[in-house]
Amino acid sequence: MSKKTIFISVAGILLLAFFMATVIYKNHTSTLQGASAGRDQGVFERQGAPVKGPADARVTIVEFFDPACGTCADFYPLVKQLMDRYPGKVRVMMRYAPLHSGSDEVVKTLEAAHLQGKFFQALEMLFNNQRRWVVNHVSQPDRALGILKGMAMDHEKLAADMSQPEVNRAVEEDVQALRTLNIKATPEFFVNGRPLPSFGFEQLERLVAQAVDETY
Amino acid sequence: MEITEKVVGNRSAWSLLFAAWVLVTVATLGSLFFSEVMGVPVCVLCWYQRIAMYPLVLVLSIGLLPYDPRVLRYAAALAIAGWLTALFHVLVVAGIVPEKAQPCVQGIPCSETHISLLGFLNIPTLSLLTFTAIGVLLFYAHKLESS
Repeated sequence: MSKKTIFISVAGILLLAFFMATVIYKNHTSTLQGASAGRDQGVFERQGAPVKGPADARVTIVEFFDPACGTCADFYPLVKQLMDRYPGKVRVMMRYAPLHSGSDEVVKTLEAAHLQGKFFQALEMLFNNQRRWVVNHVSQPDRALGILKGMAMDHEKLAADMSQPEVNRAVEEDVQALRTLNIKATPEFFVNGRPLPSFGFEQLERLVAQAVDETY
Repeated sequence: MEITEKVVGNRSAWSLLFAAWVLVTVATLGSLFFSEVMGVPVCVLCWYQRIAMYPLVLVLSIGLLPYDPRVLRYAAALAIAGWLTALFHVLVVAGIVPEKAQPCVQGIPCSETHISLLGFLNIPTLSLLTFTAIGVLLFYAHKLESS
């Protein structure tokens, strides 16, 4: 066999192997996704996580977010609009996905604010001022804390609560859910346990409309 | 007699280079599989190693067909650059290089590893092993060439 033939056939075999592996992997993950869709709500929801909207709403959007994520900040008002479109029927549960470095401290601050019932106020404050505490995609927890100083709440309690075991536990449980659900980017939405077919606000709108149709 | 030796030497040098090419191609496709198919995030240090690894696929191909021993020099430069970066990366993962000394500011920490084969082979280690093997192959090919 000439060198050329050897070279070309090995190149062909390697490329073929790559494409076959891709197809096999895609099939495998779509089976996993199907399995996750059939899971009970337990994986998606966490008792005590911050929720906006009526408790008896039959449609629950679970959003995994990182306070340092720009897209999450962009989606925040859109999700609000979406809730207003179906008054009383849709609620949103926020779960932590501290994927940016430094964000793990910031989500603890948010959870501590949640203990004072100030989660959404604090989150809006952080989203609106993201440029001031996220530098080159790295969260600066001290700066985030500094921004929250502008809010009326018990700041001593906030600082103390951040190291509470229950705050840690809440964040850890969310991080565990990230692994279970194989979430690698934020924001990630689940509507009554169903993932978005592909990322985008229109897809979310459609999924919510579908869920409202099914449950009301 | 001398000519036959030269031809034999050339042929084995070609085989060594070919083996190196297979290695870099598998590494390239493998890393693309991790990032593009499996969605594993790529940190800055990984990108530096990719910059050294990916061109080797083409550079070695050109040197193999037709065989041109000068390719050893060109490939060695890339292999050494890649090997040094991989070594640095392995040290970062092992915690020997302090967190602050690493150039990761893109939100993907280089000290975190995502894949582990057989319990200890993470991607940076795999990269270091591959660059080492390429270096060894290039070195022996060079030895055959100069003898």
